[in-house]
Amino acid sequence: MSETILYLIQQLINGLTIGSTYALIAIGYTMVYGIIGMINFAHGEVYMIGSYITFIVIAGLLGMGMVSLPLILFIALVISVLIASTYGWTIERVAYRPLRGTNRLIPLISAIGMSIFLQNYVVLSQGSRDIALPPMISGSWTFGDPNLFEVSFSYMQLFIWVATFITMLGLTLFISRSRMGRACRACSEDIGMTNLLGVDTNRVIAMTFIIGAALAAIAGLLLSLYYGVVNPFIGFMAGLKAFTAAVLGGIGSIPGAVLGGLILGVTEALTAAYFPSEYKDVVAFGLLILILLFRPSGLLGKPEVEKV
Amino acid sequence: MGKLYNAIFSAGIAFVLACLMIGVKLNTDGTTLKVTGATSEQWAWIIGGIALVFFSQLFADQIDSAFSKIPKPKVAHFIPEGDKMTQLKPWLLAGLFVCMVVWPFMVSRGSVDLATLALIYIMLGLGLNIVVGLAGLLDLGYVAFYAVGAYTYALLSQYFDMSFWVCLPISAGMAALFGFILGFPVLRLRGDYLAIVTLGFGEIIRILLNNWTAVTGGPNGISGIAKPALFGLEFTRRSKDGSPLFHDFFGIDYSSSYKVIFLYLIAVVLVAFVIFVINRLMRMPIGRAWEALREDEIACRSLGLNRTAIKLSAFTIGASTAGFAGSFFAARQGFISPESFTFIESAIILAIVVLGGMGSQVGVILAAIVMTILPELAREFSEYRMLLFGLTMVLMMRWRPQGLVPMKRPVLELK
Repeated sequence: MSETILYLIQQLINGLTIGSTYALIAIGYTMVYGIIGMINFAHGEVYMIGSYITFIVIAGLLGMGMVSLPLILFIALVISVLIASTYGWTIERVAYRPLRGTNRLIPLISAIGMSIFLQNYVVLSQGSRDIALPPMISGSWTFGDPNLFEVSFSYMQLFIWVATFITMLGLTLFISRSRMGRACRACSEDIGMTNLLGVDTNRVIAMTFIIGAALAAIAGLLLSLYYGVVNPFIGFMAGLKAFTAAVLGGIGSIPGAVLGGLILGVTEALTAAYFPSEYKDVVAFGLLILILLFRPSGLLGKPEVEKV
Repeated sequence: MGKLYNAIFSAGIAFVLACLMIGVKLNTDGTTLKVTGATSEQWAWIIGGIALVFFSQLFADQIDSAFSKIPKPKVAHFIPEGDKMTQLKPWLLAGLFVCMVVWPFMVSRGSVDLATLALIYIMLGLGLNIVVGLAGLLDLGYVAFYAVGAYTYALLSQYFDMSFWVCLPISAGMAALFGFILGFPVLRLRGDYLAIVTLGFGEIIRILLNNWTAVTGGPNGISGIAKPALFGLEFTRRSKDGSPLFHDFFGIDYSSSYKVIFLYLIAVVLVAFVIFVINRLMRMPIGRAWEALREDEIACRSLGLNRTAIKLSAFTIGASTAGFAGSFFAARQGFISPESFTFIESAIILAIVVLGGMGSQVGVILAAIVMTILPELAREFSEYRMLLFGLTMVLMMRWRPQGLVPMKRPVLELK
């Protein structure tokens, strides 16, 4: 294979890795939007908090002398998912539930306030510097011609792919098979009717926030291990990217969010590879504007009909 | 009993959340990462916070009723209504204007400078108020237009040596052009999409300014931007290229505070101009259409209003106001960099509009003054500033979504 193709394959691997974590965060946006029609602006901050909790737990366990890597990762995963879900639930309770049924702008502004609050809460409690963790999972497979270009596929990337796949599988089973999942789907069809049929819609909405936060925490764990660095400001950009992914795929649609995340990740990786890497964010937002222009309902979304 | 259970549950949640963020701190020690526990002072804060959550949940009903008993500020009976008001209004406004002009000569230089900053925020708040308050379009990238205005003046002054007064309308025009270009495609979108697209646009502008080093100077920004002059009279101590100086012309001693006061007076005039124009616009059919569109889009369309044109006009006029403010900001600072145009700035301007009361001009002006002066007064709390700022946004939406001074519509009632 020629050098250009190998280089392209490498970029695709990197892009899919980042894209799959965007997809995890995007699902949180899309589920909340599908049910109550609001943008959970603070979702990116939940991802950031999930990353911090991961670092805290890992550093704590290593400090206590634990050596078994799978066990450490498992405990970190469980704790960060639990805590981030609690954050998600609390945010809904404090900032969104009292405002339900008001003008659309009001919950959105409250969400922006919540996002600023959480970001500064972490700045005040953890400091605003970058915090780095030495790589936990190292090593990689390489293939290709060593004289031209070697494609490397690291164990960490494989871990991200597998973890994302299992999470998505679990979510799909939950949404399609469980009682709560059915209630979620019913709510996104028609929340008023679902309420009349005796489903506790408040619980379903709270559950949506919890699931979204849990997925964001998983993404936080994966990405923070991948990059090895966290700071309190990563949530803003990640949230914006994930929202772009959700809109790209069609907001309200879970497969759409996954597709959008992967497309966005690959686009970014390719932009960074062939253009100055500072412009990858510009391309991501440019893509968002183009999609909204030509297909406002996204790739897999249903066109929304406005009713009086 | 249910209440006690609820309070204990909330306190428990607060405990868990506080412990895993405030209670433990990550520290880098060489290459390894260490976790340290919180200091006893931080634990005291955590326990205080939990107690607050517990009692506020336990006595939630009492607190809510206490809140609803707080009388809403009634400005109505201070202000005469009807004909009397119509007679008094020009006098009041003239008096206010004279006060604004005379005031800086009596106070310190620092407070004049602060007042100038407040006036910039008033301009920005009024501009965003057209977009968010009147037309109901949530714009989270408003700072982009502010940046366009500032960079237009800075670049024109640096490369073409153009004066502030020539650049002022050009900056406003450039910002309006950007508003038009962005608005044309995206204004067909629904409210919340618009919010994200404008947010993305704000980031794009900032990234471009940061990376287009050849023209904008990148992260270093542009410095040495020319200050405005009064009919060609400059306010510097010594003339660079033989242009006349203000203190020479009037035969007075040089003082740096003349420049500060002059900038303040320009800001007063600009704000007065913006208020005048917006007030006229609000009474024109286009202004009525903005508000009608905010209230009910479908009804507007069925009455034959062109939705896109109306939204676009609001967006463009709002952007041009930001362009005004931006070029004045560049002239006042003498130095600009992409750092001044981050998302937080957009959020602050939005908070000004929201706290003041969407659509209400008096409210926006008051909120802009409060938002500029409060951080100056509470300097020792400056690290908590943004935290409290976010919290205030959430709480305001919960208890007083209409803002401090809600917009008043002329109402006629049959008795």
